[in-house]
Amino acid sequence: MIFYIIRRLLAAIPTLLAVLTLVFLIVRVVPGDPAIAILGDRATPDGIAALHAKLGLDKPIWQQYVDFIGQSLSGDFGRSMVTGRPILTDVGAVLPHTIDLTLASLIVGTVIGVPVGIWAALHRNRFIDYTARLLSLIGLSFPVFVSGIFILLLFALHWRLFPVIGNARLDDPVDRLDKLVLPAATLGLVMAAYITRVTRSAMLSVLGEDYIRTARAKGVPWRRVVWRHALRNAAMPVVTVVGLYIGILIGNSVLTEIVFNRPGLGKIIVGALNQRDYTMLQGLMVIYCFLIVVVNLITDLTYGLIDPRVKQ
Amino acid sequence: MFGVCLAYPATTIGAVLCLIVVAGALLAPWLAPFDPNDQHIIDRLVPPGGDYLLGTDAYGRDVLSRILWGARISLAIAVSSITVAIVIGGTIGMVSGYVGGQIDLIIMQTMDVLLSFPSLILGLIVVALLGPDLINLVAAIALTAIAPFARIARAPVLSLKERAFIEAGRALGFSHLRILFVHILPNILSEVLVMGSLWMATAVRTEASLSFIGLGVKPPTATWGGMMREGFENILDAPWLSIWPGIAILLLVLGLNMVGDGLRDATDPRLRGET
Repeated sequence: MIFYIIRRLLAAIPTLLAVLTLVFLIVRVVPGDPAIAILGDRATPDGIAALHAKLGLDKPIWQQYVDFIGQSLSGDFGRSMVTGRPILTDVGAVLPHTIDLTLASLIVGTVIGVPVGIWAALHRNRFIDYTARLLSLIGLSFPVFVSGIFILLLFALHWRLFPVIGNARLDDPVDRLDKLVLPAATLGLVMAAYITRVTRSAMLSVLGEDYIRTARAKGVPWRRVVWRHALRNAAMPVVTVVGLYIGILIGNSVLTEIVFNRPGLGKIIVGALNQRDYTMLQGLMVIYCFLIVVVNLITDLTYGLIDPRVKQ
Repeated sequence: MFGVCLAYPATTIGAVLCLIVVAGALLAPWLAPFDPNDQHIIDRLVPPGGDYLLGTDAYGRDVLSRILWGARISLAIAVSSITVAIVIGGTIGMVSGYVGGQIDLIIMQTMDVLLSFPSLILGLIVVALLGPDLINLVAAIALTAIAPFARIARAPVLSLKERAFIEAGRALGFSHLRILFVHILPNILSEVLVMGSLWMATAVRTEASLSFIGLGVKPPTATWGGMMREGFENILDAPWLSIWPGIAILLLVLGLNMVGDGLRDATDPRLRGET
């Protein structure tokens, strides 16, 4: 297992470098001078030159690239141009909210998606299956801000079961949980829709395998066949989708945070866009890259746990 | 398409939903009871019913008319961004698979990197840097969809290029361009187009999301995401402002997903009823 972990860690390095290069390119290749965008149309040439020097944009492009990669890998994501604070400080302040939301949506999605997917597969082409398929299709057709607003209208404004504003106090667990329910349900339901579809499809292909027929033929109870033989083999695609979906989840959290007025990475990114805080934007993109690479790594390691063959 | 609709009732429902939206968009000048930007200041925030079937917004504009006109923007951006993504992504994937070797490896690794980035964040940043207008929105959404199309186009090319008819083409001295676009392209087109209908749903969702964040086509032009944003600001007094455009987005995305699912099942019988 240790060798497997080391191998996956080494494999993550080129991916990280590639994603960082993409971030560098996006910020540089997109037309327009950030200095003019920041200073406005009435910027003087001196002002633009000074800002170029401050941002390091007066250096040759290769040196900008080397500096950028070096700083990113050493954990220096720069400072916000608006507040002057290190980007990591701002991100660190909201990170618990983002982690809460991501984990809670993952739990909601898995707890609903896996059993419904299995249930639908076991009742293929019956009423239960059709209902599960239709509901999951509706679930993944909902843009999260639409489902978020509908959920907010029903549960917070109409029935008044949960608070409207999602800015939780981190030191109060009850308040934290109370304000997490609706945003987590919003993101979790979309995730449940994806997981239902993949679990159903993976279970259907596994249930048609010879070893399932053999297990049934030798008299293994059906429940044991499903939970022990089929589900374990169907778990790989589900884990892949969960891993891939975390990227979408991070993207969707921007919208959820706006709807529920929750602090988080998404809120910071929208704030940085509105204030044209380019250093903050670049830093946030780098942090997103690290998160994605870490999630991919965890997904790979989970493969190793589920299927010992992967480790070899 | 008609065969698919007969075989899969869900596809029929999806096609009907899409047709309703397309008809609404095309016939907007005749169907819309008011000009979408006409402000009836006396009739601000009128609830649904009466003269205004779906109510009015904070400027006294008719919600139904804005939804009908907004469908045009949603459809135009979705169709054009996916067309751009299919042309660029498809060409990259085809060429990459056909050339093979190290070039293929590098191109596909680049596509994987692009694929791993959350599409909404990527779209958000590109639109913010370029400035929110129709062309930039199309470019940003297309950029998020290029990588999947490159992947989809490349996979079948890998096996197709080993087939006898391609070798025959080479033996006859056809150029690589001719082999790629005359002989390989028709064989992969159906797969790419089916994926196109599924990605169209994603494009509608991304456009609406960007407009909701405030990075869509500028007001007062009616867009569904923009209407939801304005409605959200009045959510306590006028919930219908958020509900109607939300339902419109949901119906179009659901319709496109249903059609895409049906077409995919029809083109790949192995997947029939499996996803």
